[in-house]
Amino acid sequence: MSDLLEAARAGDRRALSKLLSAVENGVESRESLGIPHNSGGGKIIGITGAPGVGKSCLVDRLLRTFSAADMRIAVLAVDPSSPLTGGALLGDRVRMQTADDDPNVFVRSLATRNQPGGLPVRLGLMAEVLVASGFDLVLVETVGSGQSEVRIVSVADRVLLVEGPGRGDSIQAEKAGVLELADAIVVNKSDLEGAERVASDLRSALDITGNPPPVLLASARNDVGIEDLADLLLSLPSRSGASMARWRERLLTAWDAALLERGDLDEVLSGLEAGEFDADQWVAEKLEE
Amino acid sequence: MAMRIVIAKPGLDGHDRGAKVVARALRDAGHEVIYTGLRRTPEQIVRTVLDEDADLLGLSSLSGAHAFLFPRICELLKEAGADEVVVFGGGIIPVDDREQLYDSGMRAIFGPGTTMAEMGEFCTAVEARRSAGEPSGVGEGGDWKWSGE
Ligand SMILES: Nc1nc2c(ncn2[C@@H]2O[C@H](COP(=O)(O)OP(=O)(O)O)[C@@H](O)[C@H]2O)c(=O)[nH]1
Ligand SMILES: [Mg+2]
Repeated sequence: MSDLLEAARAGDRRALSKLLSAVENGVESRESLGIPHNSGGGKIIGITGAPGVGKSCLVDRLLRTFSAADMRIAVLAVDPSSPLTGGALLGDRVRMQTADDDPNVFVRSLATRNQPGGLPVRLGLMAEVLVASGFDLVLVETVGSGQSEVRIVSVADRVLLVEGPGRGDSIQAEKAGVLELADAIVVNKSDLEGAERVASDLRSALDITGNPPPVLLASARNDVGIEDLADLLLSLPSRSGASMARWRERLLTAWDAALLERGDLDEVLSGLEAGEFDADQWVAEKLEE
Repeated sequence: MAMRIVIAKPGLDGHDRGAKVVARALRDAGHEVIYTGLRRTPEQIVRTVLDEDADLLGLSSLSGAHAFLFPRICELLKEAGADEVVVFGGGIIPVDDREQLYDSGMRAIFGPGTTMAEMGEFCTAVEARRSAGEPSGVGEGGDWKWSGE
């Protein structure tokens, strides 16, 4: 085991912080750290949902609740990188004041760094490093748009989808993929009009799926429904039937990572640009090898 | 290479437009910027810098908070062994107060007229110094400070 991991396990925050950077930057790997593949133990919980529904505020409330129960909790909060400049504005901490002084809590912000699928390529390993460092729970807040909502299942043992009122009358069709994968759904902003309605719409839409996930109401603003949500997250079974989809996303994520970490990636890209071969052709050849 | 930069606003004054403009400008210069929100204590800011493993810390003050709070933050960083973190400041900071801030380890003070381009240049200079092994961090000593080179 690396010295950093050992120190992180012993509670050294700075060592943990350096270790996470080393993993994020590819300096340490699963092999070098001796971390076993995620066994799906339920400690890594993905939190997804459209920007502005209140994911960060809910996470802050959950952190307080778990910490009061003497649990140690870590958060990985993901925000998008600009495809043009590579820069990113990571603002989730603004809503997570618990992150700044609670000794049971550790929050790290990270940028997508333009990975396909909208998840940082080493997000999964970072979450597992946090579990290996002794955190009882790791919450992963995603960008909450496009593919990242679905891809989160490749990293998280359980997925909580956050919804809110006032985002269009009916459930958006594009949400279908996420609805199938979510292990639980919370309609936040229950203090606002329309939240009940969204919850009941969701329930009836999900009813036909045979094994519907629980749908809760909560208000991060008024601190309502948070205890129930926290209890649910601690005992939430993985939704049966979502398993194949989960493995599909895990496979795709591993596939992307393998492609992007190829030593000859730049050559391949130049070859494509120069028209020496096309992408389908190249992939087909590699699959045959 | 992108650097990780925490932008923080210690003290009690209640608006952070300036800090947000700086955060966005540094993002547009290709960096990963962590914004902390208003009214953080020195202890909270230092914890954020450490947990986020930031390379730089930018402090904004409009209310005179700089005179006591900026040096205090530099002190806490050094106590935590985070000598390599580069600290800079901006906002309304009288020229007479600056020497004391440089003495506590800050490497740049940007006044109200500073262009975003200049802040980007400062970051580039920091990067160059770090890779050359020249001191730039809050606890690394030396007398380098940004003078718009
Ligand atoms: N009315 C109401 N507003 C909320 C609630 N939770 C969060 N908000 C507001 O929703 C906005 C977005 O919250 P944030 O947590 O940053 O959303 P995220 O983008 O999903 O992480 C903020 O302005 C919050 O104040 C809630 O329970 N009720
Ligand atoms: Mg958020």
